[in-house]
Amino acid sequence: MSSETRFGAYEPVIGIEIHVQLQTRSKMFCTDSTAFASGDNECVCEVCTGMPGALPTVNRTAIEYAVKTGLALGCSIREKSVFSRKQYFYPDLPKGYQISQFDLPLCENGRVEFVYNGSKKSIEIIRAHVEEDAGKSTHQGDCSLINLNRASVPLLEIVSGPDLRGPEEAAEYARTVHKMVQYLEVCDGNLEEGSFRCDCNVSVRKRGETKLNTRVEIKNINSFRFVEKAIEYEILRQIDAMESGEKIRQETRLYDPDKNRTFAMRSKEEAHDYRYFPDPDLLPLVLTKAEIESMRAKLPEMPLARAARFQSEYKLPEYDSQVLTAEKDLADYFEKVVSASGNAKAASNWVMTELLRELNDSKKTVSQSPIPAERLGQMIALIDKGTISGKIAKTVFAEMWTSGKAPEVIVQEKGLVQITDTSAIEKSIDEVLAANPKELADYRGGKEKLFGFFVGQVMKATKGQASPDMVNQMLKAKLKG
Amino acid sequence: MANSKTDPSSSASPRLDKSTVAKVAELSRLKLSDAELESIAQQLSMVLANFEQLAQVNTQGVEPMVTPTDLTLRLREDRVERREPAEAFLENAPDRSGNLFKVPPVVG
Repeated sequence: MSSETRFGAYEPVIGIEIHVQLQTRSKMFCTDSTAFASGDNECVCEVCTGMPGALPTVNRTAIEYAVKTGLALGCSIREKSVFSRKQYFYPDLPKGYQISQFDLPLCENGRVEFVYNGSKKSIEIIRAHVEEDAGKSTHQGDCSLINLNRASVPLLEIVSGPDLRGPEEAAEYARTVHKMVQYLEVCDGNLEEGSFRCDCNVSVRKRGETKLNTRVEIKNINSFRFVEKAIEYEILRQIDAMESGEKIRQETRLYDPDKNRTFAMRSKEEAHDYRYFPDPDLLPLVLTKAEIESMRAKLPEMPLARAARFQSEYKLPEYDSQVLTAEKDLADYFEKVVSASGNAKAASNWVMTELLRELNDSKKTVSQSPIPAERLGQMIALIDKGTISGKIAKTVFAEMWTSGKAPEVIVQEKGLVQITDTSAIEKSIDEVLAANPKELADYRGGKEKLFGFFVGQVMKATKGQASPDMVNQMLKAKLKG
Repeated sequence: MANSKTDPSSSASPRLDKSTVAKVAELSRLKLSDAELESIAQQLSMVLANFEQLAQVNTQGVEPMVTPTDLTLRLREDRVERREPAEAFLENAPDRSGNLFKVPPVVG
């Protein structure tokens, strides 16, 4: 049911803040490695541990990635932007402030478009600014343990307008941005490890109203499915509260996927005074128009454009184009299969059915596929040349998946070459007819449904290698007698 | 501040009351006694009074200054440089657990 009808007289208003971890080698403001899975506190230095007097330096690549993302989001890039201190006191941030951007962010006023439920949505991007991540705290009851490996890892915070009107649409927006940052190769997109975090701001109002009501922020959501479920829960909770005359409190709530509900975090209303001011340790970040334009020129083709191209260039249906462009790696793989096979339709069928099924079953990503794209392409070419039948190709595919061998090698070794020799097929047909006199008589007596039986017997006799087209034709002729 | 004729301590009543100071102290995790709150409220009010003077300057059309120099940021190449092992930082810590910093509980 669409959110139009599902929430009755109420209209949800949703905005999402996405924290994208920019995949640089070194941190945002110091030269430690961003490989934070290393030993505890093995990626820290005097800057990210907040030692007195230590000064931050700014990572060029992080800025480039941020600008590229901003451009892809249709933002204008500020030629002079400023880093500010956001003060809050928490042990995972030993300086006592986070370096972020406040009134002069790097990217502003963008727009993200995506197709949802057949219609094009356009969501405002208010801003995207660069900041540093905090460390990781583990709470143990009588103490908290702090690992600062993650402190100062670069983040781009992308803030959408309150333009989303339902849980599914909100999740689709998040998926769209997720696809984009992967296409841009600025983020590894791993939600579970926190490389891509969605904080959802949800409020509800009476349909027809234009004012924004008090919003609740939901944090701690690590999958797109949970984005949807958490928002759904929160909308219903707020509607219930409003119906019973309760006031919605501005608060941060956490989503618990096991219970499928949100619950209030310990209130931190006191902490909302961040007392931003320009960081005196960092000079303004100035980019020239030429620098910004050269980054724009380097932008890759984005998912929506690529899907449109797949439709026009390869004549694929819209749905197939969307599936194939869902991940950049998959789209790249598909295009390699096309160029090796010269058959886009077959390439899309094999990738979307056989390959995706095997990848799902074995929980592998496309880049971990044991079958390289070129080989799948070669296999399709073997079908098109008539060397193997489509049925045999499934055997070849399975063998490529397990052994990693080239398709020609498998066809040779296993003797899978399609039988297109008329006399060999004729011999098999004769044998089958001789062995099944009753069925033959029945067929000739009008039970034409038995045709399939004969095809099956001939294919069985030839171990599936006979050309199905030839078997069909020759069998029809023979059965007529 | 430039004008020595204006003695801030003699100027108007404190602009910062004790409860505002208490709130700022709370945000900064500073524990202050009642007497300290009182005296700091007075001192900070004097500081504010000095800044009030600056606020009298007409700044219309003047771009807010972020930094007093014309220098702009130099960007650093994205290279990892590792200088010290974890131990170098942990040995400064009041408490630790393995190679993690151990701090009083932050979630109740």
